[in-house]
Amino acid sequence: MPKRRLGLWAAALAGYAFLYVPLVIVIAYSFNNSRLNAEWVGFTLDWYVSLFHDQDMLVAAGNSLGIALMASLVSTVLGTAAGVAMYRFPSRILSVLVLAPIAIPEILMGVSLLIFFVLLNFTLGLVSVALAHIAFCIGFVAIVVRARLAGMDETLTEAARDCGASPWNTFRYITLPLIMPGVIAGALMAFTLSIDDFVITFFTAGAGTVTLPLQIYSMIKIAVTPEVNAVSSLLMLLTLALIIIASKISPTLLRSE
Amino acid sequence: MPARTASRLGRWLVSGPPMLYLILFFAVPSLIMVLASFRTPGEFGGLAPLVEEGKLDLNLDSYARFFSESVYAQIFLKSLWYALLTTLFCLVLAYPLASLIARSSKRYRDLLLLLVILPFWSNFLIRVYAWMIILGPNAALAKTVNGVLAWFGHDPVPLLFSAFAVLVCLVYVHLPFMVLPLYANLEKHDQALLDAAQDLGANRWQRFWRITFPLSLPGVYAGAALVFIPAFGIFAIPDILGGPSDSLIGNVIKQQFLETRDWPFGSVLSIVLTVTALALAGLAAWIARHNLGTPSSSKEARA
Repeated sequence: MPKRRLGLWAAALAGYAFLYVPLVIVIAYSFNNSRLNAEWVGFTLDWYVSLFHDQDMLVAAGNSLGIALMASLVSTVLGTAAGVAMYRFPSRILSVLVLAPIAIPEILMGVSLLIFFVLLNFTLGLVSVALAHIAFCIGFVAIVVRARLAGMDETLTEAARDCGASPWNTFRYITLPLIMPGVIAGALMAFTLSIDDFVITFFTAGAGTVTLPLQIYSMIKIAVTPEVNAVSSLLMLLTLALIIIASKISPTLLRSE
Repeated sequence: MPARTASRLGRWLVSGPPMLYLILFFAVPSLIMVLASFRTPGEFGGLAPLVEEGKLDLNLDSYARFFSESVYAQIFLKSLWYALLTTLFCLVLAYPLASLIARSSKRYRDLLLLLVILPFWSNFLIRVYAWMIILGPNAALAKTVNGVLAWFGHDPVPLLFSAFAVLVCLVYVHLPFMVLPLYANLEKHDQALLDAAQDLGANRWQRFWRITFPLSLPGVYAGAALVFIPAFGIFAIPDILGGPSDSLIGNVIKQQFLETRDWPFGSVLSIVLTVTALALAGLAAWIARHNLGTPSSSKEARA
């Protein structure tokens, strides 16, 4: 049935084009020697140069990296614990707490954390953003870790216990090394989610704090220059590289959702 | 230490920290928001004191406002309609992609799947911004469309800052969410069923509509839930790509919290949004589980 496959290929190809053409356009225009993102004029690296002289942009990038490091570190530890707990000691409350932040509309989490921080007189800024990011990253790490545990050979931990290893030692020397690829993939995923997050950051950052997505947002809203394309291209390069590495380390990542 | 106590201790040491964190930074804020929806807005934004002159101030005023001012019901229904349209378009686009991946050889499968997932992992705002460029008034697309319209003597139409731009971008951003569950379902289909149908004389259409599609319904419902929920609460896309009349419920929520500073009403809108989205997703899951009598399909639903 070559005819049917041809139609399918054509439709799927159109789907892939739909997914990629917009991203390619953003990257292409980041090298365009024109202030307007309308037609190709000539090649330039000016937008990248001006990016590295833009003080606001550098501050935003620093903030984003700091938040993402903090959020991925803490959420990896808590998410790994959550993943192990969901696998070893399944409980409904835990599953709901871990998975609900992923399932509900993002805006809900953003506004409820905004009310929460303001009522506590907690200053909105880097710390409140990082705390919020940790809350939604835990679930993603937990899902990856649990998937890894589900594929693990249970007899190994039983053997360790039979040989007299304490639960902690069994975890430290048997389980943890075996689930390590999942933990690392989860950490990279959390880092990516944090550095890319816009909605929850938008509500929890307060007036004075800017991250890369917030900076991109205000540039889009006020005045679009190809500098936005340049920062977008770099951010895309970073996050896509991280996700490709994560999916190489833990191939189940692609299917765990 | 008895073994049972030790395992209990281990259990709490493992599940305790993430649970505490999520109670503090997810459950408590959500409950505070539910409580806030019953309170009175403060004079200068935020909330009025909970206890005033010795009386507990809890009321249904903000809920009454949502149901009595038709402008909010209209925006709510519009958001619902946009989310449904988004889900439908995503399904139409995702089906060929998911079938192709499911039918391709193992060697290319992971690559094709990764290619669908990667755009989802690029920054959300960048993907919205891309459509700002594509649909911009000076870009090739708008010039071509308006050139054709001028040929027919029609006035030029703006592509950007329109409902069209909002919908295209909604579909674009959510497409991977539909492909993944659909693929996971289609991958498990038994080719023998289609072969048997063909032997019995079913043509391509009949095989699709009477075998493949019904069997794929659990995947369709899962994908629909994954697309519908985020699409329903979106605010950035109408904010960036829509015109003044394209505001959705997410934009009203944002406005209530950051501009008007009417927290109780903003909370009511957020709660109505979440309850509706989860109820519809739950309904989809329920239909997927109960409406499909065949043993093979109920197995799929559980997987």
